[in-house]
Amino acid sequence: MAAVSGDARLTDLEDIIACPQCDTLHVARIPALGQRAICRRCGYVLIAPRRGAYLRTIALALTVTILMIGATFFPFLDVRVAGMSNASSLFDTALAFVDGGIMTALSVAVAALIVLIPVLRSLLVLYVVAPLAIDRAPLPQAAAAFRLSENLRPWSMAEIFVIGCAVALVKVGDLARVGYGPAFWMFAALVVVILLQESLISRWMIWRDLDPKNRPA
Amino acid sequence: MTAPIRTARESGLVACTRCARVWPMGTAECARCGSALQSRDTRSLQRVWAWLIVGFMCYIPANLFPMLKTRVLFTETDATIVGGAVELIHHGALGIALVILVASVGIPIGKFVAIAYLALTISRPAALSSHRRHKLYELVEFIGRWSMIDVFVVAILSALVQLSVVASINPGPAAITFALSVIFTMLAAQSFDPRMIWDSGSERAR
Ligand SMILES: [Zn+2]
Ligand SMILES: [Zn+2]
Repeated sequence: MAAVSGDARLTDLEDIIACPQCDTLHVARIPALGQRAICRRCGYVLIAPRRGAYLRTIALALTVTILMIGATFFPFLDVRVAGMSNASSLFDTALAFVDGGIMTALSVAVAALIVLIPVLRSLLVLYVVAPLAIDRAPLPQAAAAFRLSENLRPWSMAEIFVIGCAVALVKVGDLARVGYGPAFWMFAALVVVILLQESLISRWMIWRDLDPKNRPA
Repeated sequence: MTAPIRTARESGLVACTRCARVWPMGTAECARCGSALQSRDTRSLQRVWAWLIVGFMCYIPANLFPMLKTRVLFTETDATIVGGAVELIHHGALGIALVILVASVGIPIGKFVAIAYLALTISRPAALSSHRRHKLYELVEFIGRWSMIDVFVVAILSALVQLSVVASINPGPAAITFALSVIFTMLAAQSFDPRMIWDSGSERAR
């Protein structure tokens, strides 16, 4: 992206964008759809507009919410040994550590990381982006909602959980026979949708559209 | 052709690290997104060290205590993180053992070293250029979460393998200390202000 030249008068700060990673100033110019504006010093993606990004983001966030509800309560995996079997849902997995003691805290953490935080983030994104998609004013506290969603981003670990499933299946393989329930496939689909959603969202565009100054009163 | 790099700080501006908007130096809060503004988060290094040390202290018991307690009929075996991986190798699952070893040993130790290196080289000359150190920071941020794999494996196995007398798997105490260690090191990486890597810039002259 274009540099801010050495003697430029920095009067109109709104046209300037600073890289969050290295503090380098750029003149904010929105690239063509599908292109990315990257930081000229460190390569960080500053602006990445996509065609119909808001509508697609809404569709994906709805999909995440619905799939996650399904994936939580349908049978996830089942295991059979010597005529005995045990089916477990994602919900059971999250509750595996509940023993009334300190392990319960771990259960809560696992439930949060694989189910609650991904769903909460989708709901927050819906709340923030839905009004923007139909050119309406943002709902109250939209900026706080988007901040929270951004803070929670590293703590949404559904994709890591899927790899964990693969490892667990190999570990249990010689002890028992394992079958996949419908929730397993829902969850695998969910991970693809979450990754798509992440690649689609352009944070700078959302922040710009949330800015009260950018909306005619 | 390439114009010199000019930072917000040098121009008397403070940048919002969340929405990239700039404000006059001294502004306390970003009017666009509501985040607190700081030209450089000067206390960030203290927080980095604090989280890193707590994370490391949790990592030691995570390796000494069992992660998994497996009971088949009447024999119970405890497995530590490394012990579980060695067992997998004996079963011929070399690839999976490698995934566990990388996620539970390689990544955490690499992360401790990398974050400590980045924090130390803020105030003293570094062998690696700012670009290299920034790449290292991005790698640490991206890869740190993946250490959680082993905790999830324990959760899945404990939920799945509950077949009364035939076989059962239960979590050991290391599951919780390991999870804490991953969480604390993630917080250490998040506390780091990457803009300081560039201030210490060995490529200033370029
Ligand atoms: Zn940059
Ligand atoms: Zn801001």
